[in-house]
Amino acid sequence: MTEPSDRKFKQIGSRPIRHDGLDKVTGRARFGADFALPGMLYGVFARSPHAHARILSIDTSKAERLEGVRAAVTAADLPDLPDEWMGVTEGGTCPSEDSQNVLAREKVLYHGHAVAAIAATTFEIAREACGLIDVEYEVLEPVLDLGRALAPDAPILHENQAPFGDEPLPQGPTNIARQVAFEGGDLEAGFARADVVVEGTFETPMVHQGYIEPHACVVDVREDGTSEIWCATQGPFGVKRATAMIVGCDANGIKVTPSEIGGGFGGKLSVYLEPVAHVLSRKSGRPVKMQMTREEVFRATGPTSGARIDMRVGAKRDGTLVAAETRMAYEAGAFRGSAVGAAAMTVLTPYRIPNFKILGLDVVLNKPKAAAYRAPGAPIAAFATESLMDELARRLDRDPIDLRLQNAIEEGDHAKYGPAFKRIGLRETLEAARAHPHYRAPLAANQGRGVACGFWMNGGYQSSATVSVDEDGSAVVRTGSPDIGGSRVALALMVAEELGISVARVRPFVGDTDSVGYCDPTGGSRVTYATGMAVIEASRQVIEHLRARAATIWGVGLDAVEWQDGCAVATKGAAEKGSLPLGEIAEQMRMTGGPIVVSASLSPPAAGPAFGTHLCDVEVDPETGCTKVLRYTVVQDAGKAVHPTYVEGQFQGGAAQGIGWALNEEYLWDEKGRVENAGFLDYRMPVASDLPMIDTVIVEVPNPLHPYGVRGVGETPIVPPLGTVANAMRAATGVRFYSLPMSPPRVLEALESRQG
Amino acid sequence: MAPSHFEAPTDVEAAIALLSRRPGARPLAGGTDLLVQLRLGAATPDLFVDLKRIPRLMATSLDSKGLTLGAAVPAAEIVENASIRSLWPGLVEATALIGSSQIQGRATWGGNLCNASPAADAVPAMIVCGAKIVLAGPGGEREVLIEDFTTGPGETLLERGELVVEFRVPAPAPRSADAYLRVTPRSEMDIAVVGVGVQLELDREGRVASARVALGAVAPTAVRADAAAEALVGSRLDDAALDRAAVAASTSASPIDDRRGTAAYRKSVVGVLTKRAARIAYERAQAR
Amino acid sequence: MAKIRVETTINGEATEYLCTGQQSLLEALRDELGLMGTKEGCATGDCGACSVVLDGRLVSSCLVLAAEAEGRTVKTIEGVAEGTRLHPLQQQFLEQGALQCGICTPGFIVAAQQLLESHPDPTEEEVRFYLAGNLCRCTGYDKIIRAVLEAAAVLREQTT
Repeated sequence: MTEPSDRKFKQIGSRPIRHDGLDKVTGRARFGADFALPGMLYGVFARSPHAHARILSIDTSKAERLEGVRAAVTAADLPDLPDEWMGVTEGGTCPSEDSQNVLAREKVLYHGHAVAAIAATTFEIAREACGLIDVEYEVLEPVLDLGRALAPDAPILHENQAPFGDEPLPQGPTNIARQVAFEGGDLEAGFARADVVVEGTFETPMVHQGYIEPHACVVDVREDGTSEIWCATQGPFGVKRATAMIVGCDANGIKVTPSEIGGGFGGKLSVYLEPVAHVLSRKSGRPVKMQMTREEVFRATGPTSGARIDMRVGAKRDGTLVAAETRMAYEAGAFRGSAVGAAAMTVLTPYRIPNFKILGLDVVLNKPKAAAYRAPGAPIAAFATESLMDELARRLDRDPIDLRLQNAIEEGDHAKYGPAFKRIGLRETLEAARAHPHYRAPLAANQGRGVACGFWMNGGYQSSATVSVDEDGSAVVRTGSPDIGGSRVALALMVAEELGISVARVRPFVGDTDSVGYCDPTGGSRVTYATGMAVIEASRQVIEHLRARAATIWGVGLDAVEWQDGCAVATKGAAEKGSLPLGEIAEQMRMTGGPIVVSASLSPPAAGPAFGTHLCDVEVDPETGCTKVLRYTVVQDAGKAVHPTYVEGQFQGGAAQGIGWALNEEYLWDEKGRVENAGFLDYRMPVASDLPMIDTVIVEVPNPLHPYGVRGVGETPIVPPLGTVANAMRAATGVRFYSLPMSPPRVLEALESRQG
Repeated sequence: MAPSHFEAPTDVEAAIALLSRRPGARPLAGGTDLLVQLRLGAATPDLFVDLKRIPRLMATSLDSKGLTLGAAVPAAEIVENASIRSLWPGLVEATALIGSSQIQGRATWGGNLCNASPAADAVPAMIVCGAKIVLAGPGGEREVLIEDFTTGPGETLLERGELVVEFRVPAPAPRSADAYLRVTPRSEMDIAVVGVGVQLELDREGRVASARVALGAVAPTAVRADAAAEALVGSRLDDAALDRAAVAASTSASPIDDRRGTAAYRKSVVGVLTKRAARIAYERAQAR
Repeated sequence: MAKIRVETTINGEATEYLCTGQQSLLEALRDELGLMGTKEGCATGDCGACSVVLDGRLVSSCLVLAAEAEGRTVKTIEGVAEGTRLHPLQQQFLEQGALQCGICTPGFIVAAQQLLESHPDPTEEEVRFYLAGNLCRCTGYDKIIRAVLEAAAVLREQTT
């Protein structure tokens, strides 16, 4: 294998038009809600009007008598599942709770929690029928914030559940579901050596991924119990597994076809509709379509946690960090499994801190069950860390980039969670940010500049890929990794690079669960990295076949055939044979051994993390508290950018989501736990006129784990913006913001209290 | 849920007859509020009466006395009209702020007014221009000042079978001009947290001869802030006058905390916007 | 209740469909006519994914009743390309990488085409404000704005 750093690429790093683009600019592309079958019924959920209540009874008989209704489902139709936690530090799952989140059992645990569903001949009839379902509730006090959830007299959401994780665990009834802890060095001795200590309590609200496509699926259960599912998902194999588990059928009988997916960001890893549509289809003998309204997406899918982080950081006068301590409480929502584990892994990791203590608490309360959202948990953690790094730079009168460079981790340093880093690019992104014209551009009154870093581990996990050569010399690459942001063209570029053919001659394809080998979901920034490695491996094996076929055609030994630029080239005394392009070898496949089809699969144990440094300029209107983002620059280590356009796109999109999180986005709840802003109007994601162009700098510090040096790039870009914007606000206003969002009313209040 | 009927009458009399016939009948102009309420289950009309095929409700006529504008004219058409823009720049600014380009293609003054949201952008701007509406109903037509029409959130003077037919905006006096400003967390696609309309008329010496100030989103309806207006009269818009107007506007506001902003924030910002809108109106009036 | 029969012109072709009094134009396009390029992101006029042009005005088809289209003309994403020739906006969206997941793309292209018809040489700020009703969660808008500005330049060149 050629070393990543000295390989000269011919196609990797170019910017071809993506293969799926044409269908997307013409309206042909089929997304989750665009699928239909003859005789299809429409499924609608009945949802809880209470945030916390015991279900005393559910009666669907009136609803079932309505003309046009064909089936009803409640949790009584689902099997009992084990109440066991199955997971790793970053996250996990519990079968029983996954089932209860799809349809509530003894209790409803958030406003909008599904209690039943109806399938009818039209959506209108199904909706009307849901209104006829009688549910008797015993309303309980809702637990709506971390303070209440952790209070000694708090109502307990799951009375029979004991906390688990790192000791010492709380005793007695608690809403703490899990603890994660990392420690190193001697914390007290470290702080004793500190000349300066900065500290703060940081709070962020629950926010949503905000993908534009609501969840949708069609499920068709056949007479023999086998079924087909068409849906928008990040992980078709996961949908198959989860649906089989929750409905209690044989996974072998389920085939899942992923549609084009209209955004996910982690929010389309979980199942909400498919098991319910499956039961409705089985009961009615008809295909069933379910699609969420936008209101349902906000109320009843998986946003990311709100959190409260206490942190203190100590440094010597020369800027060397000596100690840090943090306690992070993350809202898990109705069921355990927040991203606090990943938060604990990322929170202090970018910096060398010899003495540290990190404690993460996973806290249940009466809000929707949190799901993954782009670098789950890390942006909130980095908000705290990077705010305090900024504060430290101010206290020590240091340039914020210099201070970070002084403490930045490098190859050989250990992550706070254990392993030593191989080659990483934090230092390089800091240096590139410092060298960027943005960093020296002048600022006017009421304007300020912020800088912050971010880190994400990235995922490896399992991937498969199949590369086949057609008679005309073109190739097809098939994987089971749904393409959300342009991964198909990236995978096709890898095939093109290896085989030496034009990327237009490679057709990338995302298959259903019966037509491709197993792939873990699209998530963890893993597709271009891990599925890409499987694609490269399969392509290289294809080349071995092509060489062998050329050797057969020429009647020479395999060792006399090399592969160069899309051709078999004869060497070693057979040079007179010249060369054979791939197309000619393909034409003769029939005579030389038949079709060439190669599959490769792998499960890389690690991925190679990505670091980024962001710069942001804001202007704050001191009389209204309104903030305008004037300029934004993302610098990130991509390892090797396969398709730079889509790498930049990931940088820009992550920054925009982070800016929204920092400035305006938040779930608003009333005192009963009802979401007050379950729509795009009042949830306030950034619109085009809220943002400037987002400049990007792709730093390439090759990932030693990948043959091209590729690092996943999708998640890291959302990690720095919260701190970057907050630090810019501090520079513009003189006020340190400890809680998000920094919306106009909060900003004005802070400015007025500063003056007063 | 009963199915909804749909009718598209071509004259006002037919519309009145349809609206009178069923208690659940609702006039449909741009639909940008009504159809949202329908989708969210907040409104269940059993009859939609589409007003957009009634010529009078789609007409624009401008003469020396002022503007007569049909209640169902879409915002985009108003904003594109260069004559309306130059005569009532504040009213047009407010109209242009109603929703996205897509909403502008449908939303109407009639709908913005009849939806009776305290945050409606066009309403404070209309009030300061002295605009009136013509209502038509089973008992004939009547003219009502905009500021008298809305009686509470979602509540108006409209009686059963009655609809808003047209708006009448008097021509601005010489050396007078209007302005409208609002504050929203996002730069677009948002509902006013505070909105302020100001109209000023100057004397030949450049002093404010008369003034109107109206506030949005700080009370159950858009309200006139006469004390703020009086604070400006006689001044050349010096800082002291502006400060007095700001305090008066803030004092006359009675806002609430809601998902779009806090009462304290609204109290504070309504004064700021009063000053800023007054400055803009003053510059415009000077230029006339 | 009997359905309402609507005769209308969609992408230049005389078309008819049946609808209920409550059905939206978006639902009629998708469910009655199979024109799936127009997307539903919210059904409340807040995302722009369902943008179509109705009698020359950009609208959210989720906030138009299907029955209102009687006698009117509707243009959808399916009518943007001319035969096999992509509109410069479509071409620039491809070349600039102005889409990631692609669910918002039809709405953006329909809206941007409407902008460029009345404003052939818009500023970046004008493009940003005109397209503020089209939400994109993937791109941060940067490449979308560039694609629209570039398509405007291409169109200006074509007409001179």
